[in-house]
Amino acid sequence: MTETLPTARAPRLRPIGRMLAVRVLGTLAILFVLSIVVFSMLHLAPGDLVKTLLGTRPASPEAVAAIREQYHLDDPLPVQYLRWLGGVLTGDFGQSIRLQTSVADAIGSRLGLTLALCGLAFVAAIGTGIPLGVQSAVRAGGVLDRIGTALGVIGLSAPTFAVGLLLLYVFAYYLPIFPVYGGGRGPLDTLYHLILPAITLAAGLGAIVLKLTRTAMLRELDADYVTSARARGIPEGRVRRLALRNAAIPIVTGASLLLTFLVGGTVLAETTYALPGLGTLLQDSVLFKDLAVVQALTLLVSLVIAVIALLADLAYLLLDPRVRAKGGTA
Amino acid sequence: MSASLGAVGVGFRRRRGVPVTVVVCLVVLAAAFLAVVLGPVLYPEATKQDILSSLMPAGSPGHPLGTDELGRDILALTVAGAASALVGPVCVAVGSMLLGILLGTLAGYERGPLDFVISRWTDLLLALPVLLAAIVVSGVFGGGYWTTVALLVLLFSPSDIRIVRAGVLEQSARPYIEAAQMLSLSRWRVMFRHILPNVSSLVITNAMLNVAFALVAFSSLSFLGVGVPPGTADWGRQLTDSRSIMFDNPAAVIVPAVLIIAVACAVNLVGDWLGQRLTRSGGLA
Repeated sequence: MTETLPTARAPRLRPIGRMLAVRVLGTLAILFVLSIVVFSMLHLAPGDLVKTLLGTRPASPEAVAAIREQYHLDDPLPVQYLRWLGGVLTGDFGQSIRLQTSVADAIGSRLGLTLALCGLAFVAAIGTGIPLGVQSAVRAGGVLDRIGTALGVIGLSAPTFAVGLLLLYVFAYYLPIFPVYGGGRGPLDTLYHLILPAITLAAGLGAIVLKLTRTAMLRELDADYVTSARARGIPEGRVRRLALRNAAIPIVTGASLLLTFLVGGTVLAETTYALPGLGTLLQDSVLFKDLAVVQALTLLVSLVIAVIALLADLAYLLLDPRVRAKGGTA
Repeated sequence: MSASLGAVGVGFRRRRGVPVTVVVCLVVLAAAFLAVVLGPVLYPEATKQDILSSLMPAGSPGHPLGTDELGRDILALTVAGAASALVGPVCVAVGSMLLGILLGTLAGYERGPLDFVISRWTDLLLALPVLLAAIVVSGVFGGGYWTTVALLVLLFSPSDIRIVRAGVLEQSARPYIEAAQMLSLSRWRVMFRHILPNVSSLVITNAMLNVAFALVAFSSLSFLGVGVPPGTADWGRQLTDSRSIMFDNPAAVIVPAVLIIAVACAVNLVGDWLGQRLTRSGGLA
């Protein structure tokens, strides 16, 4: 997208601003389209809309009239959409028919656990994937590289729930040092309960990080500047740091890959370990057809993904002086 | 989705012949294929419930892998479940490959507004996390096995479209295309008889890797209770059903879990190997 930007007549530093503006507008456009899709989900879902909204309550004429009134079902669709969007923008996602609370409360009370799980898994994946990837690239074809490659293939191929169930069995049966079920009580106990799910998630994430790092580092270590740096007698450690900095660009650009994996992986990991987080909330709501919750979660995830993709693009600017320079002087 | 990760074996010394790992993988895939074909013949009544023989541990007489809560034989259920677990993903990969060839070639060769529309469409789809979109759509709209296959074809197609489009763009600038155009061959003939064979190695490699991703996505969906109706013989479904009896009969969980991992790994490794072979010998340089 960026290479088509007009740069000829623009004064200094303008193109970066313009590039940002284009990216932000593009993100907003995607979110707008998605919000329409998510809104229409309610109307496109099979079965009678009023019955879906009533849930388990009896369909008396009064209740039906109340529902039609409450959801403004007699208004034209665009008006309904705008009203819904207005509510969403002010944090009002409606009521959950399954939990009998507001959707915002249902999400708020489970958000912490999911964030902690994703954070832990992310740290574990970065902490193992990058060093292992660098070492694999430095000694390509060596023992460590072969082990790393094998682990990478398994991590990428194995579905999160299959890894989770196998770990669950091993740790519940042979090595009972971790709790295997539920979310625990209190912050420390929760953290303790999250270790095994986080390792499960990190297996897939770490494999992606490892592969991205290894591929990028192999390419960088082959570059002329590395040969030249080595020839000038710069210590190997500093050369590798130099190479890793350059390799960081494709790794950060791959962040979207990590995120897509994380979104699905969280649902699977939480379901496997019966953790009361957003993933299980989504699964239960989908199976129960609790549409307000599904709508809110879908929008929330889309928003997070869009914002992180935007941040990854910004990080790209920060990491690569060449991109900045090209934008600034062209 | 797999293209940006690069091949597994990059940087290894290239050897002649077929590597041992690939042979092992091919054996695994052959066994899986046999289970798909022979499963319905060998165990036509795999999902039949028999409460009298419920929860027998592995090694019981007549039930080498034991039974589950509903008294279904785990061995029969696993062999019969191969079809449901594997046919869908292969259909997803082939379907998304065909869609990718059609739309990618059109976008890359015709350019113009058609290219713009197709490219924005792939941008939009790529912004969606596959699994989440599949859970929501397939879960909310119901739909059975083949609806889920169609949905996954749609969600997997962007990577195929992009790869084909890039390949076609690169080929279109070459002299042989100019020559074909000068002979005033029809557009369709140039696109599908002249360009397509030259991008086919990329397409086939990506389709192989898509089989592995689709296998993971499919089994994940059926594990979550979406896509495959309850009571079906299917590896993912079997894992959900047997989670609660993990300590009574571990084989009910471990066997399907290990099989899913083994087949996915095998497909991935064979795909990578095939990719390296194809790109080295002819096709795209």
